[in-house]
Amino acid sequence: MSNNIYLKKGLDLPICGEAAQNTRKVVAPDVVAVKPTDFRGLVPKLLVREGDKVLAGTPVLADKMSQNILFTSPVSGTVAEVVRGEKRKLLEVRIKADEKQEYVDFGVKKVADMSAEQIKATLLEAGLWPALVQRPYGIIANPEVKPKAIFVSAFTTAPLAANPEFALNGEEKNIQTAVNALGKLTDGGVHISFNSENYSGTPFHRLENVIQHTFTGKHPAGNVGVQIHHISPIRKGETVWTVSLLMLAAIGKLFNTGRYDVRRKVAVTGPKAIKPAYVEAYPGMAIKDIQDFYDASENLRYVSGDCLTGENVGKDGFLGFFDNQVTILEEGDKYELLGWAKPVRCSQFSSSRTYFSWLTPKKKYAMDTNLHGGPRAFVVNDVYSKVLPMDLYPVHLLKACLANDIDKMEKFGIYEVLEEDLALCEYVDPSKIYIQQIITDGIALMLKEMC
Amino acid sequence: MSGLRNFVDKIKPTFEKGGKLGFLHSTFDAFETFLFVPDTVTRRGTHVRDCVDLKRVMIMVVLALVPAMLFGIWNVGYQHSIAFGLDWGFWNIVLYGLVKVLPLYIVSYLVGLGIEFISAQIQGHEVNEGYLVSGMLIPLIVPVDVPLWMLAIAVAFAVIIGKEVFGGTGMNIWNPALLTRAFLFFSYPSKMSGDTVWTGGVERWMNEGVAYQAGNGLVDGFSGATPLADPTLANLQPKLWDMILGTIPGSVGETSVIAILLGAILLIWTGVASWKIMVSSVLGGLAIGYLGYAVGATDLPGYYQLVMGGFLFGTVFMATDPVTSAQTETGKWIYGFLVGALAVTVRLWNPGYPEGMMLAILLMNTFAPLIDHYVIETSLKRRAKKVKIA
Repeated sequence: MSNNIYLKKGLDLPICGEAAQNTRKVVAPDVVAVKPTDFRGLVPKLLVREGDKVLAGTPVLADKMSQNILFTSPVSGTVAEVVRGEKRKLLEVRIKADEKQEYVDFGVKKVADMSAEQIKATLLEAGLWPALVQRPYGIIANPEVKPKAIFVSAFTTAPLAANPEFALNGEEKNIQTAVNALGKLTDGGVHISFNSENYSGTPFHRLENVIQHTFTGKHPAGNVGVQIHHISPIRKGETVWTVSLLMLAAIGKLFNTGRYDVRRKVAVTGPKAIKPAYVEAYPGMAIKDIQDFYDASENLRYVSGDCLTGENVGKDGFLGFFDNQVTILEEGDKYELLGWAKPVRCSQFSSSRTYFSWLTPKKKYAMDTNLHGGPRAFVVNDVYSKVLPMDLYPVHLLKACLANDIDKMEKFGIYEVLEEDLALCEYVDPSKIYIQQIITDGIALMLKEMC
Repeated sequence: MSGLRNFVDKIKPTFEKGGKLGFLHSTFDAFETFLFVPDTVTRRGTHVRDCVDLKRVMIMVVLALVPAMLFGIWNVGYQHSIAFGLDWGFWNIVLYGLVKVLPLYIVSYLVGLGIEFISAQIQGHEVNEGYLVSGMLIPLIVPVDVPLWMLAIAVAFAVIIGKEVFGGTGMNIWNPALLTRAFLFFSYPSKMSGDTVWTGGVERWMNEGVAYQAGNGLVDGFSGATPLADPTLANLQPKLWDMILGTIPGSVGETSVIAILLGAILLIWTGVASWKIMVSSVLGGLAIGYLGYAVGATDLPGYYQLVMGGFLFGTVFMATDPVTSAQTETGKWIYGFLVGALAVTVRLWNPGYPEGMMLAILLMNTFAPLIDHYVIETSLKRRAKKVKIA
């Protein structure tokens, strides 16, 4: 690899609770949820009623704005409950699964003979279109648009993230099919990025019809947004699509078997996970289904995704559509006497040299959810860019978002970032600012004003 | 430990909204969070957080100032002892230093923190830690004999007009500690310059004829002048080591190069202050210092400029203030260089002001956003070009 991209900035979070590479359990689906909240800006239209029978692949929701975008049930069963929140906002469609899974048959298809339109139609019909995420803004891809290119990250650097080689073992053929299919939707090709240190170790480097890139660096080097920034930055007016390996596997399966099969290996991780390992489950899996991984009597936080960007779904929550990781953390709602004033705080990690955790680089920490301070204005100005391997000015971007100044947001790179790319900035921030929320609000403003 | 926690929990309701002492909510909160890291958990975004907070960052600066403060206390006594021919031992010297310096600290913190607490209460904020550092800095950059009421007014001015009206720490344009000094400098020039203000007790002796230790007067040949009063090689060459050690008259904490460098090491090691600003400021000072030497504006080699007056103290502790300095990495080089260069320029070419560090930093504080603006514009243009080619 001659054009390896080295990223010096970043931080690998030393949190304990990595999942052992074995499948501890196959979760038999009981109640699973389809959550419109997994998709940014989606205004859902409900297509089923309580009591309806559905198969795996039956449409449950549609996008009100473009109604050919469907969201289908991951399991066969009966619609048990439609959960709504404030102002009747649709939160979850809960489906009680049958004992035996039945699938809608979409027909085995040969990608090589299909046109772009046919591929689009298949993905839309089967509910896998929402797997394609559009940048800028991280919204569901618009089927009417031809993207500049499609980007895939073939490695993860997020804390405790599922190991793609293990979690997607045996899916190489499906992923190849999906790459072939998606390659027809763009002229710019499908770009896949690898970790240079594990390039030959991963089976995915044998994928064909792709443009390969390699990266060396700490988190967030594995974030597709960071990779796009270095491969081909998004300019105003351009759109690119991103898709995860996990979703590629599901898309490939759809073409190869004719089924909407989103079953996946999910890493159950985190300091409070007991014997962390993988489970086989569907998206929308209830957290309760992995009860033997945690002690429910403790005050815990259940996160669908990783501890930097995941969603706090709660004890009664469900796994997100895009996620193949659950992180279980202790709620840190405890006081700590003279915490900041102690010369040494052995049990806690800091990337700052004002503490001494740099002396123990191999140590893993049982992090909890304490904020470790109170919110303040931006004071220290050089901590953010040290963990953001992008040629951007994060503080200026954030201040532009706070000021609702669209011109400046454009100038400082709102098209190129999603919350996940600045998650580490939020982690290291001594001012304890909710940086990802600022980006979320900024993107919401852009969507409102520009689309 | 749990006993203390129980006590705090017990009195907490009194200070909450609707409680008897609800108007002291921010004050209570400040003391509570000083004792205990609060039990707040992350609400959204990242679920885990680095354990560093602003209190930790600020306390590092305070620690870095301790060597300069301790040396300053000793030096105040030492200068007094020399001026009055007292031949004091170590403890006498320190005692006098404490008598003179402690009140400065008490006034600085009482007035400054008082205003911070009140404005936090009015705005419903938590009290920001910023003043812990400003309050530590202010006594170190004033002449030891500055009247306390003047100091109080100056601190109030700096905190209210310099900081709170902009929205508090993080929003201010100028370094509050330097603003205090500038206020004193322009409002009460007679107390801030000359040869008699830099040594404790001299002013009083001259005005009232009273000395700290009765029966003693100023020694013959007392000068009290700082090196900046007569910056010539003939005068300063014999004093070079005194200037590095710091056994010379001057503002309380600025004299000792060694004590300041100790602080600088801590700040750079912990990454709290920008080494780029420090290095570039020194480079700027040297550049103009040697330029002046070359064209004959002074007969002092450039490195003398670094050890005289407030140059090093300003470079290490004031120019590096993360809020008021340049925010971009390239901007920091430019900003620092100009601070150093301007300070020495004022020294060499402006007969009105013997020292230029304070004004140089305040001026560059003003221009820091402009520097950042051009650095960012250049960087964006360069990127746009790169993207076009690619």
